[in-house]
Amino acid sequence: MAQEIFSQVNLPRVYRRRRLVNKIMLGLTALTLILALIPLVWIIVYVLIKGGRHINLDFFIHLPQPMGTTGGGILHAIEGSLVMVILASVFSIPPALLAAFYLTTHDSTPLASAIRFSTDLLAGVPSIIVGLFGYAIIVLAQKHYSALAGGVVLGMIMLPVVIRSAEEMLKLVPPDLRAGSLALGAPEWKTAIRVVLPAAAEGIITGIMLGVARATGETAPLLFTALGNDNYEIGTMVKQGIAHNQSIFAILGRIFEQPADALPLTLWKYAQQPYPERVEQSWAVALVLMLFVLALNILARVWIARRRSALQ
Amino acid sequence: MVIDEMKSTINITATKKQFPYRKNLMAWLQHGDRIWSLLLWLSGLLVVILVVWIGWRLWIESAPSRAEFGWAFISPWAKASWNPALDKFQAWSSIYGSIVTAVIALFLAVPFSIGIAIFLAELSPAGLRVPLNYMVEMLAAIPSVVYGLWGIYVFLPTVVVPIGKFIAATAGQIPGLAIVAGGHMPVSGLSRLAAALILTIMITPTIAAVSRDVLLAIPNSQREASAALGATQWETIWKVLLPNGLSGILGAVILGFGRAIGETMAVTMVIGNTTGGGYSILKPGYTMASIIANEFAEAVSALHTSALVEIGIVLFFLTLILNAIARWLVWRVKKQVMGE
Repeated sequence: MAQEIFSQVNLPRVYRRRRLVNKIMLGLTALTLILALIPLVWIIVYVLIKGGRHINLDFFIHLPQPMGTTGGGILHAIEGSLVMVILASVFSIPPALLAAFYLTTHDSTPLASAIRFSTDLLAGVPSIIVGLFGYAIIVLAQKHYSALAGGVVLGMIMLPVVIRSAEEMLKLVPPDLRAGSLALGAPEWKTAIRVVLPAAAEGIITGIMLGVARATGETAPLLFTALGNDNYEIGTMVKQGIAHNQSIFAILGRIFEQPADALPLTLWKYAQQPYPERVEQSWAVALVLMLFVLALNILARVWIARRRSALQ
Repeated sequence: MVIDEMKSTINITATKKQFPYRKNLMAWLQHGDRIWSLLLWLSGLLVVILVVWIGWRLWIESAPSRAEFGWAFISPWAKASWNPALDKFQAWSSIYGSIVTAVIALFLAVPFSIGIAIFLAELSPAGLRVPLNYMVEMLAAIPSVVYGLWGIYVFLPTVVVPIGKFIAATAGQIPGLAIVAGGHMPVSGLSRLAAALILTIMITPTIAAVSRDVLLAIPNSQREASAALGATQWETIWKVLLPNGLSGILGAVILGFGRAIGETMAVTMVIGNTTGGGYSILKPGYTMASIIANEFAEAVSALHTSALVEIGIVLFFLTLILNAIARWLVWRVKKQVMGE
């Protein structure tokens, strides 16, 4: 309404200029957003088209063929990623949740500030540095590369992501719940595990999903911890273990102690090889990796948004 | 907290008929709460220790290199050489690569990021806001290697090579600028410029998201007061909101700088990985992160490994300082706004 009336009045020059500047600058901000989204669309569409051609069942259930030949799959990378992300979750989720509980129950102690600050710093440490650290404390001690070392460094990548989101989600739990449980005589730990944690579970799971997405996409920390292993296959290792009458711990030990491959690691290696088949396959790996990471991210964010609006 | 004060009373009354020693033990443990709070405390401490431990461990591992080369290792004026065969190492080339790529990326990314932040926080129609936020966050979530792959085979030939040619033909011809913008870019496009442009795409969503949060934290009364004085929406943004959130946005920019310095895989894939290349952005080079990624697993000697770890320390402390400053700035803005 007001706009229409104004446009009919013959405004002095300075006003017209100010309104023009307003329109141009606001238009420019919209333009920046559109320009920034071009790479996003470009990458996604290109990877979908280029990688989609090589996606078939064989790609998921076979180990890589020798270099220079066609065919072969990425089973080793899928299994390696799976093992290392599970290890990372086992190492990072319990301490992350406990630290988040500390932050919510001891909101303003000096240690709480130190934890928040360190969490931010840890989130900002380049992942390659985490890899160097993992190499120094595990690979040097064990004297060999292993899935275990890869799991530990990925766990360090996940840790700050999970702490931050878990703290936020625990804070959203109404304090009355905690007070009610304590008033019934339940100790603090039982209250935390049986009352507060279930109330925040949905939000915490989304935080874990973000952490897993982050860990799955990381390459740099694995370069000199997991190293890579074209023959990493859990099925074979389990079969051999059973054939030799080994205990389940011995079999698990073998799975964790071997160097392992991961999706991003495979992608990195394939992308730089002189064989065109490998480069073609790297697009398919990129497709699998990207869809997995983006799907986890979107799912988690939709879930968080829903939960927030439900609580407010 | 009131709850915490009440707890101690609860624990005394809630004892069952048990053996006396067990009763005493449970009372001392506060029914497990002592163990619980110890666990909480230890887990919290773990995070703090981890940061210190990383720094300390890298410091130890780099001892041979520090003893051998001293401060000349990171000096811009020392004789540049990175020769694993002769065990001579000097890091300036990779430090320069990190700084120049990150600074170019920052200069390009900041206007974009602030524009995006303004659009998302102030202008976006309600229905578009959520999908647009998701898209910006997806841009940040795409794994670094995927950027690298797309960079090598798509972005470099179609975008970077033409830009490189243009720069070589214009800025490269000006005598003073020829040092940083002269020479011919390799046909593949692998160069510091390629790394800088990929970094621009990668850090834009980070800076945009934090700046958006800073703008959203500014109370509406500021916007209303400005509008009541007759300011246009742009004038409100430019003269009221941006100055108000300035230190927070600066924090976002420094955070983006830290990201750019530490980014590894995409840069390693497009920067060409060589210690030569002089100072020109059109030439291939190394960054601190990419030299570690590229050489560490195949390091030829203990001194080589140690020198790479020393580069790691420089990188670690640089990002640590940048992050600390950034967090402090963002935190200050949020506190200021909450306090009002």
